[in-house]
Amino acid sequence: MVPDSPLYGLLAEFKGLDQLIQASEKMREKGYRRMDAYSPFPSEDLNEAIGHHTNPLAKFVFCGGLIGVISGFSMEYFASVIHYPWRIGGKPLNSWPAFIPIAYECMILGAALTAVFGMFILNGLPMHYHPVFNIPEFEKASKDGFFLSIEAQDKQFNLAETKAFLQSLGPVAVHEVPQ
Amino acid sequence: MAASPQAPLLEPGQTYGSVTDKISGIVLTKNTPITWFIIFTCAFALLMMMLGSISWLLIKGIGVWGVNIPVGWGFAIVNFVWWIGIGHAGTLISAILFLLHQTWRNSINRFAEAMTLFAVACAGLFPLLHVGRPWRAYWLFPYPNTMSMWPQFRSPLMWDVFAVSTYATVSALFWFVGLVPDVAAMRDRAKNPIAQRFYGILAMGWRNSAKHWNVHDTASLLLAGLATPLVLSVHSVVSFDFAISIVPGWHTTIFPPYFVAGAIYSGFAMVLTLMIPFRKLYHMEALITERHIDNMAKVMLATGLMVAYGYLMEAILCWYNGSQYEVGMFFSRIKGPYWPAYWALILCNIVIPQVLWWKKNRLNTLVLWGVSIVVNIGMWLERFVIVVISLHRDFVPSSWGIYHPTFWDLSLFIGTMGFFLTLLFLFIRFIPAISIFETRHLLHESEHHKDGVHGS
Repeated sequence: MVPDSPLYGLLAEFKGLDQLIQASEKMREKGYRRMDAYSPFPSEDLNEAIGHHTNPLAKFVFCGGLIGVISGFSMEYFASVIHYPWRIGGKPLNSWPAFIPIAYECMILGAALTAVFGMFILNGLPMHYHPVFNIPEFEKASKDGFFLSIEAQDKQFNLAETKAFLQSLGPVAVHEVPQ
Repeated sequence: MAASPQAPLLEPGQTYGSVTDKISGIVLTKNTPITWFIIFTCAFALLMMMLGSISWLLIKGIGVWGVNIPVGWGFAIVNFVWWIGIGHAGTLISAILFLLHQTWRNSINRFAEAMTLFAVACAGLFPLLHVGRPWRAYWLFPYPNTMSMWPQFRSPLMWDVFAVSTYATVSALFWFVGLVPDVAAMRDRAKNPIAQRFYGILAMGWRNSAKHWNVHDTASLLLAGLATPLVLSVHSVVSFDFAISIVPGWHTTIFPPYFVAGAIYSGFAMVLTLMIPFRKLYHMEALITERHIDNMAKVMLATGLMVAYGYLMEAILCWYNGSQYEVGMFFSRIKGPYWPAYWALILCNIVIPQVLWWKKNRLNTLVLWGVSIVVNIGMWLERFVIVVISLHRDFVPSSWGIYHPTFWDLSLFIGTMGFFLTLLFLFIRFIPAISIFETRHLLHESEHHKDGVHGS
């Protein structure tokens, strides 16, 4: 790394998931907040330890589905009753039972699009550059590596002290991450 | 699943590193098996045949097919329903079994979802070409136009347009969401700079962070919850194409559930047809174990029995409703000009699959592979029986007729198999065919529950 480049934070590597969870809990007890944990597979316990166990995606998806079904049905109503009324088989213009399948598919589509794009937006993706990628060992996060990062922006952050504390948690290694 | 002692879902001795390397190794290897090239070449040749058949169709028009009144819905609709049914097993495996916590689905869901996508692509071609002027196919969608016209939203054919296009979109998105963590793993493993870029761009900067996983888990769960009613609605809507009409043999309320069961039946048959050679070719026995094969065979057997119930009910309802046209249609099925199709269907879909009651047969991959192909044929015949036999003799004998498929019907159908296999083999070559992160997760769970993987 370039000696004078501003520091993003520290990245500690741990041997396994349990060690990472313990370390995350200890860091939180110490008052650190701006941190993130990296593991090769999802873990509920880790989410709780790091403090990311809730997200608003389900609410967004509900709204997406609602918008989908309302706009689907409105489109059918507008077309069949207002804009292009065409009486077929003596049925009423607003023959709503026949409009259900399309409104239903629009609901699923609206909800699914919200789930996918909501996931990317909430996760801040796409983001092809991130400081943690500067550490060559970080590639193990997608294989068998367990990492904990703590940002220099954190109020509690002090390079020497934080590093010493991380070292005391029994990591495999602690890296300084440049911006 | 049965409560008997379970075979493991992963062979012992695997680590996070070894499963990652094993699965990503299929893609990142320099030594693509020669079999891959041979099959890909054959598939690609068939794809060219498909393009040739489409070109000829566009030059000459629908007349090159055997369709005519009274049978206006020949091979095109038979093949459409067959392909879309095959796709449904992928969604069942990825969504419904996910919601039911069936962990055994993990090693097969990526493959099955890819199969869904490609099968839907093949399926979508047929109605598109069957409209006769595919360059006007956008008229099916509601869009502001100078003619001031709207599609007819009361028509089941319109419902089908919405159902199938939603299904294709949602399947593709669901597949991509599951893929992101794995292409990130590929990005980190790839040595070749082009491969690094390719996977890097697709991975969108995925960092395996707890925050990412948390939202990703929620999104997967929600998408599974959305895909489940979607897949049931799609095949119900496909069956409405028939059931809403008054044609004898089509006008029945049993169609939606019976179509869905049939779709799952044929879909599982297709998963097995493809998975058994794939497992052998890439030596994936450690990840796709006997238990997966056994479970899929059991699902096939169960859905096969549901389909058999459907056939029985169709026959009983023809007799029960007392309509002479329905009764006439039924006798035309069992002893009319197309009787061999009906009896071959009974043989393929009901009689032969009964061998799966014996565990010995379920675990013998050669027997199972044979049965799966028989079921694929049987399910195609089922759609042929429904479409052609019902149409060829309707109410007035003077308008009866016989349908003869032509060479171009056949070449397009076989060509779409080439299209499907080409896409599938490109997928196997460039994308991890087994979900890597779910396999790692499964490994983690099985290490923490030594008595066996929970939820099965």
